Amino acid sequence: MDYLLEINNVVKTYQNYTALNGVSLKIPKGSVFGLLGPNGAGKTSLLRIINQITTPDSGTLYLDGEKLAAKHIGQIGYLPEERGLYTSMKIGEQALYLAQLKGLSKVEAKKRLHYWFDKFDIAPWWNKKIGELSKGMAQKVQFIVTVLHQPKLLIFDEPFSGFDPINVQTIAKEILQLRDKGATIIFSTHRMESVEEMCDEIALINKSNKILDGKLNDIKRQFKTNTFQVGLKTVEFLEVERYLKDNFDTFPANFKLVEDCLSLNIKLNKNQSANDLLQYLMSKGEVQHFVELIPSANEIFIKAVNND
Amino acid sequence: MRKLSLIIKREFFAKIRNKSFVIMTFLSPIIFVGMGFLIYFLNQENDQNAKKILFVDESTIFSEEDFKNTTSIQFTDFSGFGIEFAKEKVVQNDYFGVLYIPKSNKPKEIAKAVTFYTNDTPSFELTKVLERYVEKKLQNKTLESFGLDLQSMITSKIEANLKIVDFSGEETSRLLAGLKIGIGAVAGYLLMMFVIIYGTSVMRSVLEEKTSRIVEVIVSSVKPFQLMLGKIIGNAGAGLLQFTIWGFLLFFILSILSASLGVDMFEIQSSRFPQAPLEMANNIANPSEMQLLFKEIVRLPIFKLFMLFIFYFFGGFMLYSSFFASIGAAVDSETDTQQFVLPVILPLIVAVYIGFAIVIHQPNGLVSTIFSHIPFTAPVVMLMRVPFGVSWWEILISMLILLVSFIFMVWLAAKIYGVGILMYGKKTTYKDLYNWLKYNCF
Repeated sequence: MDYLLEINNVVKTYQNYTALNGVSLKIPKGSVFGLLGPNGAGKTSLLRIINQITTPDSGTLYLDGEKLAAKHIGQIGYLPEERGLYTSMKIGEQALYLAQLKGLSKVEAKKRLHYWFDKFDIAPWWNKKIGELSKGMAQKVQFIVTVLHQPKLLIFDEPFSGFDPINVQTIAKEILQLRDKGATIIFSTHRMESVEEMCDEIALINKSNKILDGKLNDIKRQFKTNTFQVGLKTVEFLEVERYLKDNFDTFPANFKLVEDCLSLNIKLNKNQSANDLLQYLMSKGEVQHFVELIPSANEIFIKAVNND
Repeated sequence: MRKLSLIIKREFFAKIRNKSFVIMTFLSPIIFVGMGFLIYFLNQENDQNAKKILFVDESTIFSEEDFKNTTSIQFTDFSGFGIEFAKEKVVQNDYFGVLYIPKSNKPKEIAKAVTFYTNDTPSFELTKVLERYVEKKLQNKTLESFGLDLQSMITSKIEANLKIVDFSGEETSRLLAGLKIGIGAVAGYLLMMFVIIYGTSVMRSVLEEKTSRIVEVIVSSVKPFQLMLGKIIGNAGAGLLQFTIWGFLLFFILSILSASLGVDMFEIQSSRFPQAPLEMANNIANPSEMQLLFKEIVRLPIFKLFMLFIFYFFGGFMLYSSFFASIGAAVDSETDTQQFVLPVILPLIVAVYIGFAIVIHQPNGLVSTIFSHIPFTAPVVMLMRVPFGVSWWEILISMLILLVSFIFMVWLAAKIYGVGILMYGKKTTYKDLYNWLKYNCF
């Protein structure tokens, strides 16, 4: 697979505290890569190293096959978690300034800014100052400035904070569109539902170490426990229940069904197959519900961190 | 380079578009002139209320002619009424005081016993004037008693006027010393003002980026060092613009006022800074001396002075403002800056003190030489020394030390800056600053 960013064995220490302890990651081109981890795990330290705001004590980074260097700054767009705008400058002016700092010419920056301002319906705010804007609008301006120079690599640290659900949808849509156009996206967040929705791959960092990474589906497969939710409409209620409890690991149901059913969570062991279970159930009544329990990103997160 | 110039431009325009900057730029010269005016007219008012003084002469040596009235003192002879009556008049507040000359025919005795009765505290100048009047009369009286002719004494008086010639054989003007002190003092003082005003402005600008949380967005595009440098240069530019406008406006306002009021406003301004050399200059100024002075001014190494001024001015400003920048980066709010600002300003104040107390008297003395090589005081002290003539190798060493320490200090400050701008919510201590220096940040 083709990787846009390769991070090899990065170490970063501050005084008596290790922020990153030999972290390695590979971020595939054209993917949305979720960088997850509890507060203080070292995510921001890593993002700052990728943006060359700080340098690692040891370890190497490669962007598109080249060793990460100052010339790559223009190929990266970074929306930090701690973000803001100048209070004393007009919105349009500072967007223009930030775009020029990323290497765009004034004319080109202006053209692109007008496109995005129109797209987000904030064109009338060009000459306003930040104090006159709602938080959501300011966030939109920051998003625009991040993506304006069409970087290969986009890094969003908690991009949805401060947005209402409608704006979250707008921004999420834009991020996925940027990916479809070829950008690679690193997405750092605590909001697990957006991870499910957007990420192709994830990495989990806890206490300065990477504890998990890979395709989201692979990880889910790795974390699933072969447990099925079962709902059966049957006249032999007690008999079936006893048979299931004797032959399988069962747990009380934690789901609700419309019909009055025998409902259970059933965990299969290595020698048991889902088909055998289903066949037995079908022979005893009408199967109303038969679903494999797939762990959510949230459950994986909590489990992985607690086990670490 | 392009990024640096973008930052400089933004800083410059953000600064000069600031309302308070615009207001201060145009208001300050008016306030300055207004203050000068006020002091001048208050002085005039003071002078118009001449002090009324009585004198009671029991020795009969003195007459009204010996006590000449001036604009500030008016004498009235009360010898006929006696000292007690005169004292009463003073107590009733009709008069400021009474000068009592006791009965005696020995000038030395009179000189010892002469008394001034007053309810008020007479100024130093007033007592001097009274003493001079009494001394002059008594001295003449003594000379007369020796049988000397007073008139021939006056005509025999000879005033020596020392000509000063340097080894190039050119005659130099004594007034030049005053001028040199003036140039040095103005340069040193300007630098101090500039550093304090625009250094804190750099600090505030850093703090603004930090509190508005835009700084991380910016340092993802530019190196913190570039950002810091851009801020310093941008603010220096705005400062120079403001200083230049102040200069022009002051000159303009003073010219208009001089022309329309017939008052020499330039004199008002200079009279606010009592300077011994100027007084000296007034005493000895005569046409040929003035010509000589003019020749000297033309001969001053203006170009060299100007270039050194630029070097030390910018060297000093850069050195200090990089510290101000790192203070801005280290703290979270302006109230926290105090503990760090004082130690930074202190050497600057020391430099100005040394400049005014020592350098102007002994421009090439040991203390002056030492402090003009210490990088923190060198910009001010050397600027004050330069007009007096400093050997080129000494200037070179001082410039070299300043340059090296400037690069080192800016690197140090940039390190603190680079770490500090991304630190939030923690009150920074000196220990933290020391630890930050060890971080591997860029």
